[in-house]
Amino acid sequence: MTDSKYFTTTKKGEIFELKAELNSDKKEKKKEAVKKVIASMTVGKDVSALFPDVVNCMQTDNLELKKLVYLYLMNYAKSQPDMAIMAVNTFVKDCEDPNPLIRALAVRTMGCIRVDKITEYLCEPLRKCLKDEDPYVRKTAAVCVAKLHDINAQLVEDQGFLDTLKDLISDSNPMVVANAVAALSEIAESHPSSNLLDLNPQSINKLLTALNECTEWGQIFILDCLANYMPKDDREAQSICERVTPRLSHANSAVVLSAVKVLMKFMEMLSKDLDYYGTLLKKLAPPLVTLLSAEPELQYVALRNINLIVQKRPEILKHEMKVFFVKYNDPIYVKLEKLDIMIRLASQANIAQVLAELKEYATEVDVDFVRKAVRAIGRCAIKVEQSAERCVSTLLDLIQTKVNYVVQEAIVVIKDIFRKYPNKYESVIATLCENLDSLDEPEARAAMIWIVGEYAERIDNADELLESFLEGFHDESTQVQLQLLTAIVKLFLKKPTETQELVQQVLSLATQVADTPGLRARGYIYWRLLSTDPVAAKEVVLAEKPLISEETDLIEPTLLDELICYIGTLASVYHKPPSAFVEGSRGVVHKSLPPRTGSSESAESPDAAPSGVQATEQPAVIPTQGDLLGDLLTLDLGPPVSGPPIATSSVQMGAVDLLGGGLDSLVCLEDSAAASHSPGDGDCAHCVSVAVKCFWSTNLPGWRAPKGSFWEKLQGFLVSLTQVWLPAMKAKGLEISGTFSRQVGSISMDLVLTNKALQVMSDFAIQFNRNSFGLAPAAPLQVHAPLAPNQSVEISLPLNTVGSVMKMDPLNNLQVAVKNNIDVFYFSTLYPLHILFVEDGKMERQMFLATWKDIPNENEAQFQIKDCSLNADAVSSKLQGSNIFTIAKRNVEGQDMLYQSLKLTNGIWVLAELRIQPSNPSFTV
Amino acid sequence: MIHSLFLINCSGDIFLEKHWKSVVSKSVCDYFFEAQEKAIDVENVPPVISTPHHYLISIYRDKIFFVSVIQTEVPPLFVIEFLHRVADTFQDYFGECSETAIKDNVVIVYELLEEMLDNGFPLATESNILKELIKPPTILRSVVNSITGSTNVGDTLPTGQLSNIPWRRAGVKYTNNEAYFDVIEEIDAIIDKSGKMPCKLIFLSLSFMNPRLLDDVSFHPCIRFKRWESERVLSFIPPDGNFRLISYRVSSQNLVAIPVYVKHMISFKENSSSGRFDVTIGPKQNMGKTVEGVVMTVHMPKAVLNMNLTATQGSYTFDPVTKVLTWDVGKITPQKLPNLKGIVNLQSGAPKPEENPSLNIQFKIQQLAISGLKVNRLDMYGEKYKPFKGVKYITKAGKFQVRT
Repeated sequence: MTDSKYFTTTKKGEIFELKAELNSDKKEKKKEAVKKVIASMTVGKDVSALFPDVVNCMQTDNLELKKLVYLYLMNYAKSQPDMAIMAVNTFVKDCEDPNPLIRALAVRTMGCIRVDKITEYLCEPLRKCLKDEDPYVRKTAAVCVAKLHDINAQLVEDQGFLDTLKDLISDSNPMVVANAVAALSEIAESHPSSNLLDLNPQSINKLLTALNECTEWGQIFILDCLANYMPKDDREAQSICERVTPRLSHANSAVVLSAVKVLMKFMEMLSKDLDYYGTLLKKLAPPLVTLLSAEPELQYVALRNINLIVQKRPEILKHEMKVFFVKYNDPIYVKLEKLDIMIRLASQANIAQVLAELKEYATEVDVDFVRKAVRAIGRCAIKVEQSAERCVSTLLDLIQTKVNYVVQEAIVVIKDIFRKYPNKYESVIATLCENLDSLDEPEARAAMIWIVGEYAERIDNADELLESFLEGFHDESTQVQLQLLTAIVKLFLKKPTETQELVQQVLSLATQVADTPGLRARGYIYWRLLSTDPVAAKEVVLAEKPLISEETDLIEPTLLDELICYIGTLASVYHKPPSAFVEGSRGVVHKSLPPRTGSSESAESPDAAPSGVQATEQPAVIPTQGDLLGDLLTLDLGPPVSGPPIATSSVQMGAVDLLGGGLDSLVCLEDSAAASHSPGDGDCAHCVSVAVKCFWSTNLPGWRAPKGSFWEKLQGFLVSLTQVWLPAMKAKGLEISGTFSRQVGSISMDLVLTNKALQVMSDFAIQFNRNSFGLAPAAPLQVHAPLAPNQSVEISLPLNTVGSVMKMDPLNNLQVAVKNNIDVFYFSTLYPLHILFVEDGKMERQMFLATWKDIPNENEAQFQIKDCSLNADAVSSKLQGSNIFTIAKRNVEGQDMLYQSLKLTNGIWVLAELRIQPSNPSFTV
Repeated sequence: MIHSLFLINCSGDIFLEKHWKSVVSKSVCDYFFEAQEKAIDVENVPPVISTPHHYLISIYRDKIFFVSVIQTEVPPLFVIEFLHRVADTFQDYFGECSETAIKDNVVIVYELLEEMLDNGFPLATESNILKELIKPPTILRSVVNSITGSTNVGDTLPTGQLSNIPWRRAGVKYTNNEAYFDVIEEIDAIIDKSGKMPCKLIFLSLSFMNPRLLDDVSFHPCIRFKRWESERVLSFIPPDGNFRLISYRVSSQNLVAIPVYVKHMISFKENSSSGRFDVTIGPKQNMGKTVEGVVMTVHMPKAVLNMNLTATQGSYTFDPVTKVLTWDVGKITPQKLPNLKGIVNLQSGAPKPEENPSLNIQFKIQQLAISGLKVNRLDMYGEKYKPFKGVKYITKAGKFQVRT
């Protein structure tokens, strides 16, 4: 007897019949009826009309019936919220049932009913269940907190469930621990700034103990949670690694990969000389290889991750080339990934093997795969110089096969080989020319034309060849047209006598007939160059080309480091940080690899910073205070609306004061932050500059205060105007202008890239030099389409502050390098400090008072701001917009006093007192 | 975590859906169908697909796509492993994991899915526990149930749920106590044209103890890792029923002989619509054991119309639609080597096929563990009775390909 009988319908309305059966007195009949209802529900039939009848069956001691009714409720409660209330009483009663299975089932089901009215009734039973004596109930309740949070986050916080959940991390039962971790991780994902999963060595120890005893799924949650922990030194990192390593032998591949993540991350902290480091490296290879014997879907995810791992630590898998060899019946997505990794692992030692394999692949059926294999041969030639000759001959063999797409692909890669090793393999040109006619793809045609132009002097009939292309000039794609134009000009410069006619023809085609601006412009340039100064033309057109780099598709190091922290996640499959694609995670916290530390002792010395946080305080330039005030005043008095913001910064040494137990070093800063000018108010410069009494406290244990601390003055503008950072003249036609902003916890750099050159720009990338606050791009620069001439594109580049730190002068100086297909350009800019003011910079009132008092006199600074016509409230709200918070407001002798606090991304607090005299529009401190 | 699950058959019908959080509309599967269309072959559908609001992670098992919908960052391996576990459970409960089996047992399927996942977090995935919660359907039980009115659902808390050994129920008692160990070794190899092996790996499914041969091991959670580390002995509390205790891998560094060889001659003539096909399979050193269950499958090039072959042993079929040649050889006797030869007919006018087909070989050797691994002894502690113990060795071909 099977369930298919539940689908048989009778002629009398089905619903009507079910209704009658549900209200039957016979238990058995009732159960059968509920089963029929569920069966209809699973295939998407609407049986919500039976809601009251099904709910009536809930009060039963038959567990199966109860479960079925619960299943039904979960599905339809949302559409019938008023009816669902009817079920509440039974739920509450069931939560008190002596049978733990029923208690757990009730709390679990209640959490799944996504109706607001029900959640109110859920709180009490849930609280009880979280403290239930039976661990099965507790672990179910832990998950229920996550469910409730999904429905009503505020309620969960108000009811204190989060704290209870945190307590469950120390539960005696490993399953409860695992579920609590899972629930907290899920909640934390929607609260990136919360410290729900603040781990300390004690809780880490609890997790590691639970790790050995919980189910495989629990192990995944715990390992992922461990990966977010930052061990305090290398010893702790090693001891965690030792306890995680056994997980590499787990049968569940997700457990294995999560363990690999923890190890890859914490390895970063271990010294390379350590014996243990070598052992760990050796231990990582076998499990990764074993993942490749699993189902193809698992293989795919594993391969995407291995791709990251071999880029970060190629030594792990360098001897395992063979396992990446492709089987003909692998799914195509596995084949392509394997190929990628083979190229990454290719080295002089194994190149012969790799080439033999690649040649084999080039005869396979799947066109995409074959193309990639041919390309891979070219990449091998460029990567392993010794193999170049072999690669070229392999490619020639492939060209002989005359398979159209193989030939075309081979010609494209041979062009790259020519660029990498100029004047070395020209002997093959003849063979290439034989295949000219079969080329029908623009990329291959362009490559071939490039080769002919570049080596025109060695090809006897170069003019004929190019002429033949010129005949169909109109039908070619722009890429080919551009290439043809350049090639013919090259030819002309090399053999001016015979080709004059040809060059005139192409120039007129390009300038008169063509409708692509880029092509036209290039044509005119060549024309002018040739007609005015042929020598200069030669220098320009035949200039030596920059060599192409070894591997073009490597992931940028900072992104790679971030992705290593995301091994095993979706981010690792897409090779993008989660902030770039995960929806619903408002401002994901960026992860970074821990810095390597020598030992705990060296971490205490001030110059070896244990974490990037306080590294700003390296002694730097020390101007006098006079300069400082002078700078400020000039600034304050000038009307800064039209001009670009100028920021100054100066630093002064002061005497140090060790406070308290001496553990904390308190360094005071003086800051003049907050100069605001709104672009709209042209005539009246609302320039508010505040002298700030600063307070800098670093709470890191072990950091010893140096015998001198700094006065620092930070200067920034609250509203920064877009300014041109990189003029086009300096950057071969690329103009960059931009501004910085801070929105909802994330810093971003808004750029406008304008192409003022004549050629298309592509392959943009950006990098920052080390700077005072560790600002770094959080995502690669994404310019999707190549930038055509005279086009501009606006990009918002998210930034984070986890980059390396180096004191700059001025403090807010940022040096940026931008790369495109033409060259690398450098520029520097000043970023407004307020982008670094974090949202939680509001200090507790009491704490503010205490710390304020503790600031030694010499760490205070005062000055006046003139020309300001704002009242206290306006100032306060204006500053609030930039994350400078007003702690208190007082009125003393007719003057408004504002007490402000702000916090920088690196944990430095700045406190300020603002005195506003209504009669005299100036602020004193 | 895992939001929803859709089961889709090969013709693109969604025949089951289950949501663990809010309901996600079926239309999300359109992105999957799109990818499926692009992939042409069902096997080639990428396992991770992104859509504007969700991610679809899927597996393809027994002609069914298990498509899960997720919304937040989750380890994809976790999802894939779980989906395979779902398929395994169906297999375990219904004897097969097919669309009909699932449709016939739709309520049990629903109950199982509900039990396996709570709010997207795995709850009970051990078949041991599941079977205590929801009894698998048997004809006998449905008869008994309808007479006595008892149910398929257990009403006590499954004992394994919370213990540290979730894979075993407490108080299991049988009249016969037996422990059998099947050592199944699979050979994965790619043999190139010259007969050399560019790649040789051995993946195995089950074993017991014998030390340093093993390059990498994956254990069932029941194995005490400490004892393995220190003494290379597998010590464990066994789950009740069949299970995979350990899988291990012997790498190519440990010289493992390949038990069969293949002589082949496949060629297509230039400018003619025929070709020759000649394949012989023979045994290599296999310690006096016979190679049996030999089956060869070949994906012939598209241009092949049909094949006229004669087999000295076994029978062959050629499917002109899928272009798959299957030769069921059976047992290999060293005296008379099986051979398959004849003429290949190509489409007239079609160019000579570029690629040479790879030969896929399956075989089985009883009573032999090709790696040389042996179970030394099995001891049982903590019970008075003596179980019946047995060890069986089998070597099989895994992914065994010969390139031509």
